[in-house]
Amino acid sequence: MSGYNFAYLDEQTKRMIRRAILKALAIPGYQVPFASREMPMPYGWGTGGVQVSAAVLTPEDRFKVIDQGADDTTNAVSIRRFFERTAGIATTTATRDATVIQTRHRIPEEPLREGQILVYQVPIPEPLRFLEPRESETRKMHSLAEYGLMHVKLYEDISRHGHIATTYAYPVKVEERYVMDPSPIPKFDNPKLSDCAAIQLFGAGREQRIYALPPYTTVASLDFDDHPFDPSRADHPCGLCGSVETYLDEVIMDDAGGRMFVCSDTDHCETRQNAGYRGKDAG
Amino acid sequence: MRTENLSGGFTDPSVQSAHAFRAVMEAMARPGTIHDIAGAEPPAPLSRAAGAVLLTLCDTETPVHLAGATDCDAVRTWLAFHTGAPLSGPSHCMLAVGEWGALAPLSSYPVGTSEYPDRSATLIVECAELAASGATLRGPGIRETARLSLPDTEAFRTNRAHFPLGLDFIFTSGSQLAALPRTTEVS
Repeated sequence: MSGYNFAYLDEQTKRMIRRAILKALAIPGYQVPFASREMPMPYGWGTGGVQVSAAVLTPEDRFKVIDQGADDTTNAVSIRRFFERTAGIATTTATRDATVIQTRHRIPEEPLREGQILVYQVPIPEPLRFLEPRESETRKMHSLAEYGLMHVKLYEDISRHGHIATTYAYPVKVEERYVMDPSPIPKFDNPKLSDCAAIQLFGAGREQRIYALPPYTTVASLDFDDHPFDPSRADHPCGLCGSVETYLDEVIMDDAGGRMFVCSDTDHCETRQNAGYRGKDAG
Repeated sequence: MRTENLSGGFTDPSVQSAHAFRAVMEAMARPGTIHDIAGAEPPAPLSRAAGAVLLTLCDTETPVHLAGATDCDAVRTWLAFHTGAPLSGPSHCMLAVGEWGALAPLSSYPVGTSEYPDRSATLIVECAELAASGATLRGPGIRETARLSLPDTEAFRTNRAHFPLGLDFIFTSGSQLAALPRTTEVS
């Protein structure tokens, strides 16, 4: 590591981000504005998550990055290399060995523990943005806890489709106060947000917002008494490890309609395969 | 020229402030837990922990209120040299530091607005000691309950009642710190 300050960002920027993180932890689910910097990657590639990670990393950390559950996709590999070069830290693909995990759109299958930090990359932090485009109005709605519009949206889903059709970025309410966008994680992951032992931090670089969930915070997915929240998953076992409890990706295998379902969390799937579990498509 | 004000800062700022921040963040995320924090040698009467918190969070953009005995020449010049933070009264500060009695009344600090509840002060409260006993804490960051030696309980209950507005507290003693965000119920 040379030619960079530790973890890339200058110290004044880190202080500004750190102050925002502390206020975010003190007001769970509230989006704290911060002066997001230009990063050496395009918006949409995790600039918010990278800035939050840079502000919390220490040289002793072991860092893991996942992109849709996978450790070996472009986004995950490049962010992992970024911090290997600019912070000189150790990296891993094993969830249980990591102290800081940056994620795009998944929560690891393995339950997180105390001492771990999960950093989410967030594209649109405002859960009400597609219902009300004006920031001045959504800010007022949050201040008044006026979330009727979101329930109308979910109700319209039911009247049109017979069920709530939102399958990812499913809105949640934090500690019965702030409605929060959990980032585009599948709704299958929503129950893991609540009562989690790890610190969860959310960074939106383009939209310049940081928000957070302290450990053991109550997070409820919005629903109705007669249409309770349903964290659905594809009704198949994993083709490689045979798990019937994990979130699955559907992979097209050929041009004749062949397909297989595999765990989206590659580390969890490999760990199970190494322990001897086999699915029907395992070689 | 007096040089004692020039020493006592972080010798390796990026790494020491990273460690110090992790201690502050863990404390704020898990109210009641007590953490070690090191790296600063501030002038009396500031504790090492309070000094490290100030070095980690303060710069030219953060007005600081020095309350009571901390409002002395040695602390002013040390803070000015190492952070450049402007000094202010309680009503415009982002951070305040001092003993519990000197920080009062709490009503004089900004608690944020309903649209921007983050625009509130963080109070660094110097304590004689920190112990996992005394008041019972409940809320986000706490699995069931935690206990922490607090200088008061009624003030924190009043602060909690204003949620999402309110003040956040960092308690420092020697080289240790704990924290109490506005979400914590104290009994």
